[in-house]
Amino acid sequence: MDVTVTVNGTTYERDVEPRKLLIHLLRDDLDLTGSHIGCDTGNCGACSVIVDGVLVKSCMLLAVQADGASIETVEGLSEDGELTRLQQAFNEHHALQCGYCTPGMLMSATALLREKPSPSDDEIKKALQGNICRCTGYWNIFEAVKSVAK
Amino acid sequence: MLLREVEYAKPGSVAHALELLAANDGARALAGGQTLINVMKARAASPDMLVDLNGLEELRGIELAGDGTLTIGAMTTYTELVQSAEAKARPILGEVCATIADVQVRNRGTIGGNVCSNDPTNHLPPLMVAVGARMTIAGANREREVPAEEFFLGVYLTAVGQGELLTRISIPAGKKDGFAAVTLGADGTCICNAAASVNGAVRVALGCVDAVPVLVTADSAGGIADAVRAANLMPPSDVHASSEYRTHLAAVLARRAAEEAAAR
Repeated sequence: MDVTVTVNGTTYERDVEPRKLLIHLLRDDLDLTGSHIGCDTGNCGACSVIVDGVLVKSCMLLAVQADGASIETVEGLSEDGELTRLQQAFNEHHALQCGYCTPGMLMSATALLREKPSPSDDEIKKALQGNICRCTGYWNIFEAVKSVAK
Repeated sequence: MLLREVEYAKPGSVAHALELLAANDGARALAGGQTLINVMKARAASPDMLVDLNGLEELRGIELAGDGTLTIGAMTTYTELVQSAEAKARPILGEVCATIADVQVRNRGTIGGNVCSNDPTNHLPPLMVAVGARMTIAGANREREVPAEEFFLGVYLTAVGQGELLTRISIPAGKKDGFAAVTLGADGTCICNAAASVNGAVRVALGCVDAVPVLVTADSAGGIADAVRAANLMPPSDVHASSEYRTHLAAVLARRAAEEAAAR
C-alpha cells in the first residue's frame, strides 16, 4: 500500500506491506534509526515518536495507519546541529548511561513540556512512566527534565 | 517484529466496517491496537484482515445528556476520557483511565478496545459492571443494547459477535464510585482489582478472579468483604499470585473500593 508520511518536515512516499510496523518504516525504509526498538512488546518506550502531536509507541502502530500523518522523531529535535534545551540538559545531568532508551525519553519529555511547561515532580515521573531505562538511571533523567521545566 | 501477512482496510463509515467484518471470517476490528498489535506479534492472534476503526468519527466523542447520562463512543481514548470535562460527570472513569499503563498507551488505547478484548486483568470490564454501563452493539441489520453484566462472556470473549461492533457505551450519572487494585508495579497489569458503586446497596465487580467480572453486592461497605468471601471465588493461580492469595486480595480490594465509594 502507498503510504505518505512527513517525518521531521520531510515528506516520504513508500509502498509498504500492511503488516509493517511504523518503527520499521522509520528505521528500515527511511533510514531514521534514532528511534530504537527495545522490547518490541510495547513495554519499553524506546520507539516513542510523536504522530500528529500525539506521543505514541511506534511498535504498536502499523505504518499504513500513519498515512498522511506528520511524525516527529528524535532526529528532528535539534536544528542545525544545535541541541534543544532538553537535550543539553540530558548532557549536563548525565541523563544517559548506555543511551539506548534516550530517544524515547527525549520524545516523552518533549511531549510533556509542550503540554505542561511547568510540570510537577509527579507529573514528570508519570510522563516518563512508559519509558524504561534498563540501566535504571532514572534519577538523572528526572533531574534533566526538571531542570528545563519552567 | 514482523507480523504475519495481513490485509488492511480503513472503512469510511461504521456501515462499511460492518460489511467488511461480516464478509470476512478472519477479519478483526483494530481499535487502539495497544493489545491487538502485540498479540499479533506473539502470533496469539493472526487475523487475515484488520478493519481499522481509527478515523470513524461516528465512534468517537463523549456526550453528556441533561439527566447526567454519559454516552461514550467506543473509539474514545483513555486520554480523552481523562481530559474530558463531560466525563467528570462520572469521575471514576477518568480516574481509572489515568492509571492504565502509561501516556503512550493511554493516547492510543480505547474504552471499546479495553472492554472488547475482555482480558480478565483489564481495568474497565469490572468498572463497567459496577457502574451499570449499557453497551450498544451494531450489526448489519440491527442495533442492540446489552447491559455490562451480560456483555462479558468469557476470557477474550464478549457479546460482540463476528460481523458486529461495539459502537458506544452509556453510563448513568453518579459519583459514589471507587476502584482499588494490586498491580505489577505502579499502574501495571492488575493482579486483582475491584470496582465499587454505591447507590443504596453496594455493588462491587471483581476483576482477575474469573473469566468475567464477578458482581458481589452488600447492604453496606462494611459488609462487602464478607459477601466476597461468601461468593466462594475460585480464582486462577499464576506466577504473580496463588488462588488463595487472589481470594484474599479480592476481599481486601472490594472493601477498599467500597469504602472509597461510600465516602464520596
